[in-house]
Amino acid sequence: MSETLVSVEDMKVHFPIKRGVFLDRTVGYVYAVDGVDLEIKRGETYGLVGESGCGKSTLGRAMLRLNEPTNGRMVFDGTDVSSLKGEELRRMRRRMQMVFQDPLSSLDPRQSVESILVEGLRAHDLDKSKEQTGKRLRELLSAVGLPSTALRKYPHEFSGGQRQRIGIARALALEPDLIVADEPVSALDVSVQAQVVNLLQELQDQFGLTFLVIAHDLAVVKHISDRVGVMYLGGLVEEATADDLYAEPLHPYTRALLSAIPVPDPQVEDRRERILLAGDLPSPANPPSGCRFHTRCPWRQASKCDTDRPVLREIKPGHKVACHWAEDIEAGVIKPHEVAPILIEETDTMSPDVPLVGPASVTEALNP
Amino acid sequence: MALLEVRDLTVVFERKGEEPFTAVDGVNFDVEPGQTVGLVGESGCGKSVTSLAIMGLLPKRGARITGSVVYDGTELLKLSDRQMRDRRGRDLGMVFQDPLSSLNPVIPIGLQVTEVLERHRGMPRKEAMVEAKDLLDKVGIPDPNRRLSEYPHQLSGGMRQRALIAIALACRPKLLIADEPTTALDVTIQAQILSLMKELVQDLGTALVMITHDLGVVAGLCDEVNVLYGGKVVEKAMRHELFAKPRHPYTHGLLASIPRLDAPRGEKLTPIKGSVADNIPWEQGCAFAPRCPNALEVCTSVTPAEEDQLGRLLRCHNPVVPGTPAAEEVPV
Ligand SMILES: Nc1ncnc2c1ncn2[C@@H]1O[C@H](COP(=O)(O)OP(=O)(O)OP(=O)(O)O)[C@@H](O)[C@H]1O
Ligand SMILES: Nc1ncnc2c1ncn2[C@@H]1O[C@H](COP(=O)(O)OP(=O)(O)OP(=O)(O)O)[C@@H](O)[C@H]1O
Ligand code: SF4
Ligand code: SF4
Ligand SMILES: [Mg+2]
Ligand SMILES: [Mg+2]
Repeated sequence: MSETLVSVEDMKVHFPIKRGVFLDRTVGYVYAVDGVDLEIKRGETYGLVGESGCGKSTLGRAMLRLNEPTNGRMVFDGTDVSSLKGEELRRMRRRMQMVFQDPLSSLDPRQSVESILVEGLRAHDLDKSKEQTGKRLRELLSAVGLPSTALRKYPHEFSGGQRQRIGIARALALEPDLIVADEPVSALDVSVQAQVVNLLQELQDQFGLTFLVIAHDLAVVKHISDRVGVMYLGGLVEEATADDLYAEPLHPYTRALLSAIPVPDPQVEDRRERILLAGDLPSPANPPSGCRFHTRCPWRQASKCDTDRPVLREIKPGHKVACHWAEDIEAGVIKPHEVAPILIEETDTMSPDVPLVGPASVTEALNP
Repeated sequence: MALLEVRDLTVVFERKGEEPFTAVDGVNFDVEPGQTVGLVGESGCGKSVTSLAIMGLLPKRGARITGSVVYDGTELLKLSDRQMRDRRGRDLGMVFQDPLSSLNPVIPIGLQVTEVLERHRGMPRKEAMVEAKDLLDKVGIPDPNRRLSEYPHQLSGGMRQRALIAIALACRPKLLIADEPTTALDVTIQAQILSLMKELVQDLGTALVMITHDLGVVAGLCDEVNVLYGGKVVEKAMRHELFAKPRHPYTHGLLASIPRLDAPRGEKLTPIKGSVADNIPWEQGCAFAPRCPNALEVCTSVTPAEEDQLGRLLRCHNPVVPGTPAAEEVPV
């Protein structure tokens, strides 16, 4: 179980900011992902958390090469995916599938569930015989807990949770090794989120899948992940097993993030201490110098923090953190202090998650 | 007498050629001065419609409102539009989920605050400007002097929400209704806003109705909690009792189905089966019956009444007590 399936090296995705009548002038860049290294082991669930705009989706998409990385490479099962082209890339992509946040906009409303599922199989020549395909479809539906009568129905005839099951069945159809699930439950009602969370866990047990789960909800991520990476403004600031991260967060941002999440238990809420961060998230188009968190960090020091960018380093077995002062902070040698909020100008960088309508199907997205 | 008394509040949407739809169905609750009351439930359960009905903000045509909403001795449902508008500025404040759509995009923030101060507190412009600056400062907007002349789109989501709170507080309302005020925000910003609201409620003695789908938010903020399902309050209890011993199968199910940050790893979640699409009409029994592990035969024939049971108000024929199926599913 310790074999590495995915390895991302110094991944960067910078989006040009265009101006001018023909949008032909590049006036700057959105540093959406700015130097990320991570490894995912076979059979593991890796959770990626962070606040809106920190680059989670962009990183996930770049790994599947739905966004072209500006720099860096991704090695998948021993093959450098960044250098693949054409047919080779297409074949590799079959092994990496994506589940989207909004099940309705990522499913083509005009297609029945059957044709949505068959489409993927056909694109990869897996639709060999009618009989075999029929059997496969029934297997898929039962794996995601839908009745086989669902095949003739259309996406709008299902509830949100059921639609997400269809999205998952579609991803499973191609027997991938890796599934990247981007906010798989955040569009669902609270009462149905657990159905999908449990389903993801069962599928992993059953098929030995490897998952990259992207979500802003740390409670969900902690629940389903073996290891968790915390992102802030395009970079990983901490990485540890889910338990370690919760038990002893080492990065100041992770501490603040954990302390901010409400727990549905008044007794816990009443005695919790919150680390309130001052001000807003800086814009990824104009990230702070040095440690990107230094403008809001309650532990910020006069030296290094605003000049040197800390690298992600392992300071305990399996526990990595990108902070110059992590050891001193943990030992309590450095104490938190007040931080004055700094003005953040709203920039007109767009978040593509909403308008970027999910492709009609995964195969469409994967075979541009 | 309570500051706000909501009795049998019912909102039916009627559209030509369509079945009338009851979005809010006989809702009762009280809010005492200085108290924070939570309305919690998932999407579509009628939270926003309840708050809009109280504030007189539902469309005049197509929405039939019955019951009573008494604020400080006055029946709000009988007031004219004009009188209601006056109240909204003066006694009742509201904060919405999406601050951008509730702020006027073409008027600078400062003017939006001073307008309220001039109209409802009769302040001269100059004085209002000073007060506006104080208000922005109080809600934690950095560099308030400069912000006064800026437009809503120039502020971040969190700052906009603060501006909206500043406007809502400008008249020192005795009652503030906040509809998902932090849902669109990141958690670290949510923590800032919630702590701000807590502080204001304490300092100013404002009564707060907090509407949210997030049980975590309720757990930290509300004194009394109303759990809504399909337009009805199904359980009403003080927060400590509610979370320690959820008695309604729906409340119990919700708590068993959300992952908790502090839960030991590997603990399995117990989902509620089906979805709200499976609900039966309340006239036929209990809307939750098709999804309820505790359902009895009576549940699909007799509508459960709101009754004092087990020391709280419940709408249920078979509440969760040790020995019932829901209680066995997973200890919360
Ligand atoms: N195609 C694009 N063109 C320009 N900017 C982009 C594009 N895609 C993403 N961005 C910007 O890159 C940054 C990171 O975006 P990304 O969607 O990866 O964030 P995220 O962590 O997934 O956030 P969320 O939680 O809101 O989904 C944002 O500032 C976003 O506006
Ligand atoms: N103007 C309207 N006309 C017709 N139906 C409406 C109208 N406004 C709301 N509804 C319906 O009333 C029900 C309750 O809506 P409401 O907005 O109160 O839900 P909510 O609890 O606030 O949900 P959410 O968490 O999604 O905000 C929904 O089924 C909604 O579709
Ligand atoms: S490097 Fe400095 S600013 Fe960054 S997290 Fe560590 S202490 Fe804070
Ligand atoms: S026991 Fe009956 S009345 Fe109570 S929630 Fe379940 S179905 Fe409704
Ligand atoms: Mg995203
Ligand atoms: Mg609402």
